[in-house]
Amino acid sequence: MLAFPTILLIKLICIRVNSLCRPTAYRTSSNQLCSSKVFIQRHYSSGTICKFQTKFPSELESRIDEQQFEETIQTLNNLYAEAEKLGGKSYLEGCLASLTAYTIFLCMETHYEKVLKKIARYIKDQNEKIYAPRGLLLTDPIERGLRVVEITIFEDRSIGSGR
Amino acid sequence: MHLGVSESMRECEYSQISTRSSTPMETPYKKRTPKKRKWEIFPGRNKFYCDGRIMMAKQTGVFYLTLILILVTCGLFFSFDCPFLAQQLTPVIPVIGGVLFLFVLGTLLRTSFSDPGVLPRASPDEAADLERQIDVANGGTGYRPPPRTKEVVINGQTVKLKYCFTCKIFRPPRASHCSLCDNCVERFDHHCPWVGNCVGRRNYRFFYMFILSLSFLTIFIFAFVITHIILSSHQNGFLSALKNSPASVLEVVVCFFSVWSIVGLSGFHTYLISSNQTTNEDIKGSWSSKRGKDNYNPYSYGNIFTNCCAALCGPLPPSLIDRRGFVEADVPQLAPPTNGITIYGSTQSQQSHTAAATPLLQHQSSEPVILTTSPENGGTLPGRASLALTGPCTSLPLGQPTPPTSTSSLSCHEAADKLPVHGHTLTHNHSNPLQESLFQHHFLTPEEVPSPPGMLHCGSPMGHSHTTQAGFYDPASQDSLHEDSVRGLVKLSSV
Repeated sequence: MLAFPTILLIKLICIRVNSLCRPTAYRTSSNQLCSSKVFIQRHYSSGTICKFQTKFPSELESRIDEQQFEETIQTLNNLYAEAEKLGGKSYLEGCLASLTAYTIFLCMETHYEKVLKKIARYIKDQNEKIYAPRGLLLTDPIERGLRVVEITIFEDRSIGSGR
Repeated sequence: MHLGVSESMRECEYSQISTRSSTPMETPYKKRTPKKRKWEIFPGRNKFYCDGRIMMAKQTGVFYLTLILILVTCGLFFSFDCPFLAQQLTPVIPVIGGVLFLFVLGTLLRTSFSDPGVLPRASPDEAADLERQIDVANGGTGYRPPPRTKEVVINGQTVKLKYCFTCKIFRPPRASHCSLCDNCVERFDHHCPWVGNCVGRRNYRFFYMFILSLSFLTIFIFAFVITHIILSSHQNGFLSALKNSPASVLEVVVCFFSVWSIVGLSGFHTYLISSNQTTNEDIKGSWSSKRGKDNYNPYSYGNIFTNCCAALCGPLPPSLIDRRGFVEADVPQLAPPTNGITIYGSTQSQQSHTAAATPLLQHQSSEPVILTTSPENGGTLPGRASLALTGPCTSLPLGQPTPPTSTSSLSCHEAADKLPVHGHTLTHNHSNPLQESLFQHHFLTPEEVPSPPGMLHCGSPMGHSHTTQAGFYDPASQDSLHEDSVRGLVKLSSV
């Protein structure tokens, strides 16, 4: 098949052309793989806890169900709420930590870190099962400083050879 | 020979092609650049030590003073007073003193060395997206719009979220931009020069425990030194007692002057914790009932106990800036670069550079190294020095009444120490200069250079070159490699 050299050639062209594009919308004359990004901002009506807006962005209308999207964001919100929850368990951990002068965290993870790992696994899972097949990619908010959920939309419009 | 030459030429050609399409690290002829850690390209004005494990503000002189004061006073106490007291009274005294001293030192170091809750700056894509949204909201007019704010209702109170021109984000509620460290900090309390760091969400509890334990330690030392002098003067007479232990006199003097400010500060922060406010909010009177009869603190949990527990024993969020992570310029990964700062300058780089930016990675990367590692080495380059000198000056453009050595216009400690009255329990005495300074601080941020290259409002040429060159770490090649891997997934799924 001619797939491999064609793909390599397309990659090279993409790299050259992508660098000339605006960062948020990569549109090339040869209509190669382009991506744009949608940012889901934080929702502050419940205070300073980490929560993202569940409003469905219009750019995703053609790609994914509104319900599916809302479910993902809502699950993320619930997970972050669990991380920041004030309760007996977190107080116990806090007191224990202060008694041991926080050296206990050399051996064990904080509750927050455990939940962040859970979130990372959830996002990876969602990407593999739901988002990647639709040409979307969810970025873990922790990689953006918990400011946004970044969704990259890929449009694969290759020339048609090598398929 | 001829074959050898042509082979080498072919090899050269091969490596040129591979440089453009693959990572520079894989090229055999290029010198291997050691992987950089994110703290090395951090855009804020912070100093990092121990390979990114320790993070402090730029000016640490006063922190060393604090450390010396504590160490010297306690050292003198343990050497000169404790033997007498252990003998005359009980050996428990030095033990308690030792425990308190270790606790004070531990919490001080923890406050000074940890990340206060710095918010990483927006990636260029996010910043562009926000700008677009703001333009749309403003009706797309060409002129510079007024300072950007967003209103949000939290627990029934309307809170204004301000846009930070430096970090290119809408600051979360309770976050503030520290002009000394040039970072947005979550739940910003104040910048404390005594501790050499900002006090924010992640280190507030350590700061509080530090001042609380330091109050106990100061009172403890003061009380027992006085006891020592009294007991000694019963035996030998007052003057000879003083002559026998001159260190005690020094300790009494230090403790006497420290007690007022530190105990006052502890009391003030106890009040803040129990009402779940930050120093920032209290000084501005954000939730004071004087502003309006419906004005209340939306963040308070309602009762003092919950507020205290939440502040002191609540979950400790991890650092958002990932200082020890590696800058992912070369490794193709599914996830985009973790720190927006690495591709911050790429808006400019992408528009003005071709894919030849990839070999430029090697060249440009050396410059940010020089700029950013100089603070670590303790020395400063002329460019950085000019930043350091002009920084505090331009961050106080509106005629701050603070002396040049006290670089913080936001520190309660500074103002309190200048005033003849005691600490922070008497808030109305110091509220005016501090209020003024904080208002000025907040007026500063919208007036900072609003255009994208102007990250540092004082040293903009340097700042600009720093950020754009830092941006060269991750040009389009990273995105395209990332796209390729997802494209692979897309292709697989479409089959």
